[in-house]
Amino acid sequence: MMVFVFGFAMIIQYFIPHQASEWVNAFLMDWMMIIGVFALALGIWSLIKVSWDKIKYKKPNWEYAIVTLAGLFLMIFFGFDYFRHFSTPIGSDNYMYVHFYRHIVIPIQSTMFSLLAFFIASAAYRAFRARSLLATLLLIAALVIMLRFNPLLGPIQPIMEKFSVWLLNVPNLAAKRAIVIGVGLGMVATALKVILGIERAYLGKD
Amino acid sequence: MKLKTLTVLCCLLFGVVLTAVSQEAADSVIAPDSAQAVMLPSPVLRLSGEDAPDDHGHAIDLTWEKSADDGAGQMNVIGYMVFRADSPDGPFDARSDLLFGVTEFTDAGAMNEGENDYMPDHQDYYYKVRALTADSAVYADSEIFGPVQSYGQWFNWERLAVFLMVAGFLFLMIHFIRRAKGGADLYVRRLAGIEAVDEAIGRATEMGKPILYVLGLGTAADIATIASYTILGRVAKKVAEYQTGLIVPCYDPIVMTVAQETVRTAYMDAGRPDAFSEDMVYFVTNQQFAYVAGVNGVMLRERPATNLYMGKFYAESLILAETGVVAGSIQISGTDEISQIPFFVVACDYTLIGEELYAASAYLGKEPLLLGSLKAQDYAKAGVILLAIIGFISLMLGYHGVVEFFHVTG
Repeated sequence: MMVFVFGFAMIIQYFIPHQASEWVNAFLMDWMMIIGVFALALGIWSLIKVSWDKIKYKKPNWEYAIVTLAGLFLMIFFGFDYFRHFSTPIGSDNYMYVHFYRHIVIPIQSTMFSLLAFFIASAAYRAFRARSLLATLLLIAALVIMLRFNPLLGPIQPIMEKFSVWLLNVPNLAAKRAIVIGVGLGMVATALKVILGIERAYLGKD
Repeated sequence: MKLKTLTVLCCLLFGVVLTAVSQEAADSVIAPDSAQAVMLPSPVLRLSGEDAPDDHGHAIDLTWEKSADDGAGQMNVIGYMVFRADSPDGPFDARSDLLFGVTEFTDAGAMNEGENDYMPDHQDYYYKVRALTADSAVYADSEIFGPVQSYGQWFNWERLAVFLMVAGFLFLMIHFIRRAKGGADLYVRRLAGIEAVDEAIGRATEMGKPILYVLGLGTAADIATIASYTILGRVAKKVAEYQTGLIVPCYDPIVMTVAQETVRTAYMDAGRPDAFSEDMVYFVTNQQFAYVAGVNGVMLRERPATNLYMGKFYAESLILAETGVVAGSIQISGTDEISQIPFFVVACDYTLIGEELYAASAYLGKEPLLLGSLKAQDYAKAGVILLAIIGFISLMLGYHGVVEFFHVTG
């Protein structure tokens, strides 16, 4: 019932630009944030519980759980830092907090992201093997796109460039738009199913 | 010696006098230029204003005809300044500086009382527009326009097309659901990715290895995540029946809470509530690549037999899927993120493309209510194709009305 009422309220709100409607929207968005904060506490509790169980029962690779918990509590400690032993600013401006974030979290995340380059290469190798007609077409299209700016191709290069632009703007864009239209309608259908109570899996119901 | 000194002094004196005279002469040459007066420009004409349409109020649209000396005539108008007052007698406050050639302006103020530049609705406002010249003392004011009031609207007519489409779609859904309930046979094409789920769970059971289910980086409000819950429920039920392991690492704490309930219910439905553990569904982190590192770690340590990626994915999709290949898992994915679909297609055994992710719940359930909505989607797609063709033909014939109607700007 609540989903129905609030779902329809939000649909109607989209078509009403009046100040009162915007106020309702802002009010409900605030509630979303409040619920999010409470859920974050649940998330942290889940992380602590899973990690603690790993350590307690000496599950495989339990040592990593110590690092996880140490990182979690250290960052919370530096974030609050009422004792101000390490620096004057508190919260996310704390020196140690910023230092840990900049020099540990960011480099590790960048490392993970950079792995993508190698994974693209390995995935491309598998995808571009000319095992069938479709795979061969894929290989040709990929070669055209990759070589389009290569000056070593000489007089063929402008032709490749034009062909690649056509590939991107005509067949590729047409397929993309077909998917976008399907996704859009699917989203509306799913949203309506949720609002009308037809789809209830998100409530843990069949 | 004295004579020499006297001569030098005389020369210096002469030089100084000459310089002074020449400076005076130069000044007398410049003087007429600087004194050249900038002529008074023509004022702007037909200043008018009205409440800005399709908005929350607190804004007024102004239009005018540019000064006759703006880009023509004396060519001395360099811009305009818009003034507003609460009464025709003033005082007028400057609202904005505009460049020459501009003939419209929306005077928008803040919505809430107490904010800077608060502009209350239902209050009389008076406007004038000043044509400016290079000389700040030379300008021409338009006639004062007013009173005009701002107010909020109760329907955004710019979104009429969206409203009609949603209403039409809702009607289609209700129609097909009623038909399905009446026993009509609604055909749904086969979804290889969903059919492979049972096979994948069976494989995991035979191998004695767990199933990894990744809900992606979406929030609980994302439609893709909501669709993913349905699939998770079905997978969890099968897993409970086969007594296989299930691992669901989550990126978002709200998603985790909902996923826990979904899995718990699935285990209860399968008659195995004792086998459910909250640790099956756990929170990792809400940092994208830290989450990827956590999930990849699970893949490489636990070596799950099957990996299911259903939901919203971004740059991490290929990193996850390729690690799954390294771990030797059978992989089924589904996402509505177009840019990630090629990565999943390349690295996974089966992929649900776009809307197939949403259709999966209907396909799995085979319930009339869900099948009816699926059928409505198909008819809506046919409608969209038809409208696209009509729009295309109308544009070819030089009629822009159809395209304009569906052009949502507000």
